[in-house]
Amino acid sequence: MFDDRLLNIGYLDTLSCRDTVIHRLDPRVKLTATLLFILTVVSFPKYEVTGLLPFFLFPVLFFSLGDIPVKFIVQKVLFVSPFALFIGIFNPMLDSRTAYSLWGFPVSGGWVSFLSIMLKFLLTTTSALLLVATTSFPGVCHALQKLGMPELFVSQLLFLYRYIFVLTEEALRMVRARDMRSFGKRGGGMRAYISLVGTFFLRSIERAERIYQAMLSRGFTGRLHAARPYRFSYSDAAFAATTGAAFYILRTQDVVGALGEFFMGMF
Amino acid sequence: MHMTDALLSPAVGGTFWAGTLAVLAYCSRKLKESLDEKMVPLMGVLGAFIFAVQMINFTIPGTGSSGHLGGGMILAVILGPYAAFLVMASVLTIQAFFFADGGLLALGCNIWNLGVYSCFIVYPFVYKALVRDRSNPKMITTAALVSGVAALQLGAFSVVVQTLLSGRSDLPFRSFALMMQPVHLGIGIAEGFVTAGVINFVRTARPEILEYGLTSRPLSGNVSVRRLLVGFLIAAVLSGGVLSLLASVKPDGLEWSMEKVLDGHGLPEQKGGIARALKSIQAKTSFLPEYGFRKAAGENGKDRAPSRPAAEPGASVSGLIGSALVLTSVLFLGLAIRALRRKSP
Repeated sequence: MFDDRLLNIGYLDTLSCRDTVIHRLDPRVKLTATLLFILTVVSFPKYEVTGLLPFFLFPVLFFSLGDIPVKFIVQKVLFVSPFALFIGIFNPMLDSRTAYSLWGFPVSGGWVSFLSIMLKFLLTTTSALLLVATTSFPGVCHALQKLGMPELFVSQLLFLYRYIFVLTEEALRMVRARDMRSFGKRGGGMRAYISLVGTFFLRSIERAERIYQAMLSRGFTGRLHAARPYRFSYSDAAFAATTGAAFYILRTQDVVGALGEFFMGMF
Repeated sequence: MHMTDALLSPAVGGTFWAGTLAVLAYCSRKLKESLDEKMVPLMGVLGAFIFAVQMINFTIPGTGSSGHLGGGMILAVILGPYAAFLVMASVLTIQAFFFADGGLLALGCNIWNLGVYSCFIVYPFVYKALVRDRSNPKMITTAALVSGVAALQLGAFSVVVQTLLSGRSDLPFRSFALMMQPVHLGIGIAEGFVTAGVINFVRTARPEILEYGLTSRPLSGNVSVRRLLVGFLIAAVLSGGVLSLLASVKPDGLEWSMEKVLDGHGLPEQKGGIARALKSIQAKTSFLPEYGFRKAAGENGKDRAPSRPAAEPGASVSGLIGSALVLTSVLFLGLAIRALRRKSP
């Protein structure tokens, strides 16, 4: 399970190397848009359900334009720690007042607020994962630094991130080597495991220190240099303006209700 | 006990983000004043260590629930509060971005709950106050135990307060706190014991390392980072080996407390406060439609705040149709873009 989670990180990183319209956007713009998206979604009142639905447009656009596999992200979202579910499920029990009446079938306020919590959960977690999948973590860090995050913290993030990758690749190689030298379950025991992990840990630390020394000797001053020069382009401005306007309209106007009434009026 | 975006209001999330950012900036400035080069890889490795440790669940004796280590106290003792806070924040940030644990708005709350209390309240006022210069294993164990409990209680209480201030959950303060605090008492004790074990190990292997945290002096050049790391390696192996034997598929502490409430009728009557709280929840949760729906029209109607008036069925039907329209068109748009992209590579 641990390996799976780490491999997931690697896959997210692989996805972020694609070259699509979404990937080419400036990380600062994407980060700001994602934060604004989360804030807008979360700012909806407790009993809002319909107003949240148009917001699925943004993850869907990221998925399709950014060429991100839906199944992978959905799986990740479903395995996220179920705190929202466990707290939210109390609402239907504590709040049994009728909020809506659908063709005579009463729906309690608790279920409405629970549904609202779950929709917000889906939207916010998906957007966070999509941000990394389309921007890459170093890109996000770069954006964070540009937006005023302390340099030391940003380099700590990058170091931690790199260690995780180094550790994964090394671990997978060592596990494969052990498997090739052992028959069935023999060799997979505790003693082999401990010495394996021990060697692995020391090796990765030594490697990390070497990397750091090498970076120092090449003039690493704690400042990050993006390989891709980021420039605020017209498409960035267009993206920022569109999303900003869309968030504002969808937050303040009852688009879904209007659409429904329009549709009903046609018949 | 990661707080999540869905339960937060923007005001609460934003406030805690502001607080967290201020502490982050303060720590960065403090560290820059006296940063030893060796601290940079050390902080990175310890971050990875905490990262790994947090994935191991262990059973808390007597409750049947399981928890994982926060690790904030270990970091504070080894690295001092400033570096510890940065490492803790970086671990939580990676979790938020890659595993969507909590979410980006809740990240501010999570860093606050797991970082600020252990590094800046419990570490200086509980751990340091207890240990002072009487650095013997017994004292360290006591101090780590007390601080583990204190840090977890503060963190859990903070989650309760943040949830209630946000007003997305209907859980009343009393019963929510009564669920969270006892469960995190168990987790805190377990956390304290493990913290004590690690600190005592470091103390025997490299006592001068601990002095760094206690006096906030920079690491001197001749301190072998490697030997300290070997110590951590052994601690990692021990926690990996021993604790994963205890590791269970049982739910996390928090989830366990929820489950207990959900089938609360299984609890014995004499269990004092919790039982009473559970009973009051049960009284409110009975699903008998007659009871619930009659109540709906009556006394409870006043404090309900629907976002858009939806009392008349017509409005809710148009909302429903609009929703269906929006969802299908969004889905079709996505599929169409995908299909177009496939055709023209």
